[in-house]
Amino acid sequence: MSDKKELQEMYRRTVLEHSRHPRNFRRLDAPDRIAEGFNPLCGDKITVYLDLSQESIQAIAFEGTGCAISLASASMMMEAIQGQPLSEAGEKAQRAQDMFQSDAGSAAQSGIEELQALGGVRAYPSRIKCATLAWKTLQAALNGTIGAGQVSTE
Amino acid sequence: MTVARSKLPVSPENCMYDFGVDRIRQDFPALNQTVHGQPLAYLDNAASAQRPAAVIDAISTYYSKDHANVHRGVHTLSQRATDAYEAARQKVQQFINAASTREIVFTSGTTDSINLLAYALEDGIKSGDEIVLSRMEHHSNIVPWQLLCERTGAVLKVVPINEHGELELDAYLSLLGPRTRLVAMAHVSNALGTINPVGDIITAAHEHNVPVLLDGAQAVPHASVDMQELDCDYYSFSGHKMFGPTGIGIFYGKEELLKKLPPFKGGGEMILTVSFEKTVYNELPYKFEAGTPNIAGAIGLGVAIDYLQDLGMDRVAAYEADLLDYATQAIAEVPGVRLIGTAAHKASVISFTIDGIHPHDLGTVLDHQGVAIRTGHHCAMPVMEFFGVPGTARASMAFYNNATDIDQLVEGLYVAIKMFD
Repeated sequence: MSDKKELQEMYRRTVLEHSRHPRNFRRLDAPDRIAEGFNPLCGDKITVYLDLSQESIQAIAFEGTGCAISLASASMMMEAIQGQPLSEAGEKAQRAQDMFQSDAGSAAQSGIEELQALGGVRAYPSRIKCATLAWKTLQAALNGTIGAGQVSTE
Repeated sequence: MTVARSKLPVSPENCMYDFGVDRIRQDFPALNQTVHGQPLAYLDNAASAQRPAAVIDAISTYYSKDHANVHRGVHTLSQRATDAYEAARQKVQQFINAASTREIVFTSGTTDSINLLAYALEDGIKSGDEIVLSRMEHHSNIVPWQLLCERTGAVLKVVPINEHGELELDAYLSLLGPRTRLVAMAHVSNALGTINPVGDIITAAHEHNVPVLLDGAQAVPHASVDMQELDCDYYSFSGHKMFGPTGIGIFYGKEELLKKLPPFKGGGEMILTVSFEKTVYNELPYKFEAGTPNIAGAIGLGVAIDYLQDLGMDRVAAYEADLLDYATQAIAEVPGVRLIGTAAHKASVISFTIDGIHPHDLGTVLDHQGVAIRTGHHCAMPVMEFFGVPGTARASMAFYNNATDIDQLVEGLYVAIKMFD
């Protein structure tokens, strides 16, 4: 793939659209779960809020600052996780991270339709943590109780 | 897209004097390459500079022919290594006009130098004592002092900055007092490029009998510094930012002060005699150089200094001032640009943001245009917080950069703007 194509592949139209208009970009008033994620290398910050209903995610929202990749990844996560059973959400959080960390040339798929447009980030090792931050934070929120604390990419 | 340049100052290459940047660029092998199919425009010099072939060759020659441990053996190679290592120390001494080579301690870099001082000063610091530093410090001139405060109960006093990124000098003066034990201040800010009024800073501190440490990592590559003229007590800088190797740096201290400081690390080299009852420390500067030093690094740094001396630091400073003017105006004209750090006195560093484009996205797009800049918080999070930004894009220039590098950067900014529009 040519260099220019690689760049266009990472910053696809869908990715840019998500980063400009991130879904569910707000705070939940009385969330059942909350976790903060931080990338100390670049200063990206994200807070993920979850409202739970029995064994599924009734509402998910996030706030934070970050680059286009990190915002798009979080925004796509909102679409992928909303309404999911807890166990499925946990699996998706892991599969998303595995996909971002797989070789750029490999056919590894996350099986998460909403994330397909973001696969191009794998060609940029220095940017992979931008993409995984939201999913790592979701994982912490799923594993913890309210105020589960901060996760870090480092 | 073409870049309108009608109002820009004459490019530095066309200035009255002939700096000869084209010829100079040929001395730096790393500059002569393409990145993503574009000629490399290396504008990340404040993070780490490139080195001339002479430095690379000197390191290679040293390891090929002269390597042995220093100050140990009686054999020929050890003598050669020792001579070269000590010759490098002398070059550093002359370069910064220190009074003596006993004042020049080799360390691994600025961070190591500052940590050395923070540990060596510990015995004289009591609870409630104060260390004065500024809002614009690099983390390496904050964290060692915070750690010292944790160990001793001392407190940090932080001098504020104004919206241009300049030190609030009046506030500084008011922070100096009977409990002040040290002023630790950047000579030049890495994130903003601000050149601090170090003469005034030192004079005021000395009126309170307070010693001053300057973090000179961003100053030494850009202009001549003179320890005796500054009357500076402690000074630190890194080899790799001044066209030398990584892993080598300098801790300078006035001899009468260094004599009183205890050693920071123990080991070989820093002793005269060792018994289990008592160890007699070596004389200066070896008291502070425990273990086998970075011999090749020191030799490489010495050659980098030779190179800078040949160029002439005053000529370097004059050329870079013109290049900074050119670049500042060119970048400021790009739509949506906000310059972060607009001090009246600046080194050739330009921090900026562009509306609607995160610095990291900008960095990746620019990389595809062959332009290397630094993006992020530049290890100066308090500065970013002051300006209310998570990070900036930073173009930092060296004397080997030219107007073409700047034009390439500006064209890259337009590519990014179009992409994220």
